[in-house]
Amino acid sequence: MSAVGAMTDGAGPDVRHGRRILIIWAVANVIFVPIVIWVLGPHIPPYDASQQSTDQHNVNVVLSALATPVLLMIWVYFGYSITVFRQRGPEVVDGPPIEGDPRIQVTWLAATTVIVIALAVYGTVGLLPSSAAGAGGGQGPNPLSKPPNAASALQVQVIGQQWLWTFRWPGYGGVQTPYLVLPVNRWIAFHVTSLDVSHSFWAYELGVKADAIPGNDNVAFVRPTQLRSFQIRCAELCGLWHGHMNTTGQIVSQSAFDTWIAQARVRYQGVTQQLPPYSHVYYPAPDQRAG
Amino acid sequence: MGILVAATVLVVAVFFYIADFLAVAPPVLAASTQNGASTLTLQTVPAYGHAPEPDWVTYLGLDSNGHWHHTTIYQLPAHTLVHVTLYQFDSASGLRNPFLAQVRGTAGGIASVDGKSFSVLNGDDASHTFTVPDLGLSVPLKGVPAGAKNPCSAAPCALSFDHTTIRFSFVTPGPGVYRWQCFVPCAAQFFYGFGGPMQTIGWMSGELKVV
Repeated sequence: MSAVGAMTDGAGPDVRHGRRILIIWAVANVIFVPIVIWVLGPHIPPYDASQQSTDQHNVNVVLSALATPVLLMIWVYFGYSITVFRQRGPEVVDGPPIEGDPRIQVTWLAATTVIVIALAVYGTVGLLPSSAAGAGGGQGPNPLSKPPNAASALQVQVIGQQWLWTFRWPGYGGVQTPYLVLPVNRWIAFHVTSLDVSHSFWAYELGVKADAIPGNDNVAFVRPTQLRSFQIRCAELCGLWHGHMNTTGQIVSQSAFDTWIAQARVRYQGVTQQLPPYSHVYYPAPDQRAG
Repeated sequence: MGILVAATVLVVAVFFYIADFLAVAPPVLAASTQNGASTLTLQTVPAYGHAPEPDWVTYLGLDSNGHWHHTTIYQLPAHTLVHVTLYQFDSASGLRNPFLAQVRGTAGGIASVDGKSFSVLNGDDASHTFTVPDLGLSVPLKGVPAGAKNPCSAAPCALSFDHTTIRFSFVTPGPGVYRWQCFVPCAAQFFYGFGGPMQTIGWMSGELKVV
């Protein structure tokens, strides 16, 4: 900063530009960081329909708050430069040669290293504990992070195909449904797979996103905490009707869920007998025959 | 100069290709309506038999004058009972997801094939489905038995050829555009049966324009 401050320009040789910029930047931070946290923050998705989406929301607010000083430094420096250092008058001459400043370089490297490592630790701590259970992300067939009593979680198989989501319930006779209804305040274990190409199961408000890959059992955990509906979309470009591969899920009370799944078992009793035995993956025939 | 001309020609060619792809859409076929109910008559054929894709499996629709049209964009009145008759000339391929053997969203939760009501078809007997996911409507279409003696080879197929007749009814929702598609991987000669006509509007999928 002293190198900048020693420059001769239209503002005079003795002006400590670096100090000015730092002061302006600090004032801007005092104003805008709280705005980002408390005014913009509540509107940052994916809100709080589940424990996992709440965690993701909090992470997004923290990252936004951390990014704000960086953005402000760029804007302040840019604004200050075009205001103070702009050419006045017709004469254009070369500026003084700029040489490396070890203090600036060390400060930059140290600051960015600390930020990146801190964020890595913060993200890992938020991802791995059993209370987070993978933060709603697909963890493959052998999850690293499981919720407490994972074995008692409600097992729901999510089956993607061009262009439809269906859901299979191994704990309820292997019935398959075209809709997803979940009980509130209970751990859910999604087993996501596909019958054809790659899809991605994205339950937006739940904070769940897991790739649906043929021949793969991708497990994702979530614990819904609010009675509400949520959107389900495909997040992997999968063909002609990819943009229409969506549906709406519901989070209901445990008793309402019990009623719904009992009715589904009756309604789909006939077709359930045709389904293959429940499996984590399917290789359904026909693979290549048609017409 | 030569490179500039070649690049310009290439850009123009790409532009017209994309414009042609986006601008060409199947025609809209309106269902006939009488006494507060609509009638939609369709047929599925194993091969269109004409340019540009004579080998592709496809749906066709019948207009009120008795003419078949190669389109999958059908216009229906809102909040109306629609009686669908579907002449099915293709053989069975089987469902990838057997759950779609269930009849859903029709009046009474049933359909009929050759006059016999059913609510669940044997998934291996399905040749195609008529499914509108956003309406919860899905009907599996039974295929013509293997070894049919008088198969149809080019659209439109007359009823003298071997076929099954599927009938069902459903009530349209409010105005909107609802995509429909076949869920049987029926595109012969394509990997997993899901290329070509399954990925092109106007063949095995389309839209219901409810007005």
